[in-house]
Amino acid sequence: MIAALTQLLIFQLIGEVIARGLDLPVPGPVIGMALLFAVLALRNGPGESLQTTSQTLLSHLSLLFVPAGVGIVVHLSRVADEWLALLAALVVSTFVSMAVTALVMKALAHKAATGEKA
Amino acid sequence: MNPRITDLWVYLSTSPLLGLTLTLLAYQGAVWVNKRCGGSPLANPVLIAVTALVALLLATGTPYQTYFDGAQFVHFLLGPATVALAIPLYVHFRRVKAMLLPIVVGLVAGSLTAAFSALLVAKALGASVATQLSLAPKSVTTPIAMGIAERIGGLPSLTAVLVITTGILGAVAGRYLFDALGVGDPAIRGFATGVTAHGIGTARAFQESEQAGAFSALAMGMNGLLTAMLLPVLLTLLD
Repeated sequence: MIAALTQLLIFQLIGEVIARGLDLPVPGPVIGMALLFAVLALRNGPGESLQTTSQTLLSHLSLLFVPAGVGIVVHLSRVADEWLALLAALVVSTFVSMAVTALVMKALAHKAATGEKA
Repeated sequence: MNPRITDLWVYLSTSPLLGLTLTLLAYQGAVWVNKRCGGSPLANPVLIAVTALVALLLATGTPYQTYFDGAQFVHFLLGPATVALAIPLYVHFRRVKAMLLPIVVGLVAGSLTAAFSALLVAKALGASVATQLSLAPKSVTTPIAMGIAERIGGLPSLTAVLVITTGILGAVAGRYLFDALGVGDPAIRGFATGVTAHGIGTARAFQESEQAGAFSALAMGMNGLLTAMLLPVLLTLLD
């Protein structure tokens, strides 16, 4: 587990160095994810310890958003002032963008599948 | 107050121990509630844990910074967890390659819809410009969204809150919306969740299936990149 965590941190570190060094708009961990993906593709998959450690970490992904979510206490007054506009904007756009993405993909995937058969 | 209790409170409120322990307790309580509700997306663990902790901070008058001094150890793990998303992505990559066209077109459509529908609704309802601009990157994972907000003139810390609220909404509503639309493919359900509801949606997608989780993680990364490159340019063009 410690070896796997170290591996994940090393990829994050490299990603962070690249992001800051080249002044990229992408956060370090996302670059680290891309690099680890490239290494996995070259080495034909993760070792067992990396596999289980990642699974454990990802099965508690929800926990990791809790500290940032509690940050809403800092913005309570603005949220109270503009709650209707904020709530409507978030609800409408969440539903609409999930629906648009899913329906566009469904139409294209269907087309690809029937195209292959034809 | 009894001086010994005062001393104890002074110790607890300045040490990171309390904030960290409370975060883990609140999360485990939230997971327990979620299980009791049969794993229903309505009983979202992030929502329950955040609500409990906010209530506690307000009731005890504890500043967020004091709480975060402890909770930062959990927050820090977001980095290695993001890196770890490479593994399910690798496992399901064959399916990703086969669906490349729907993925790219769905991504662009969903990404633009997420940003501009939020902007338009907020504008129509008379929100301030700073609030509108803080809303625009709300479907993007927190660190990228905060960077975008800063560049386009929003408030980064407000954006962080809106990002998390969006994630919770998407995680709560996704299953019902996709069922209603007749979208059954876990790859499409996962991808649409990740485009809209980033990491919190991804956590929920992993609860549905590993394939949905992998596609959600992919969507989260791609939407972060696309929005970071596109949104500042589009907003300047539209002004």
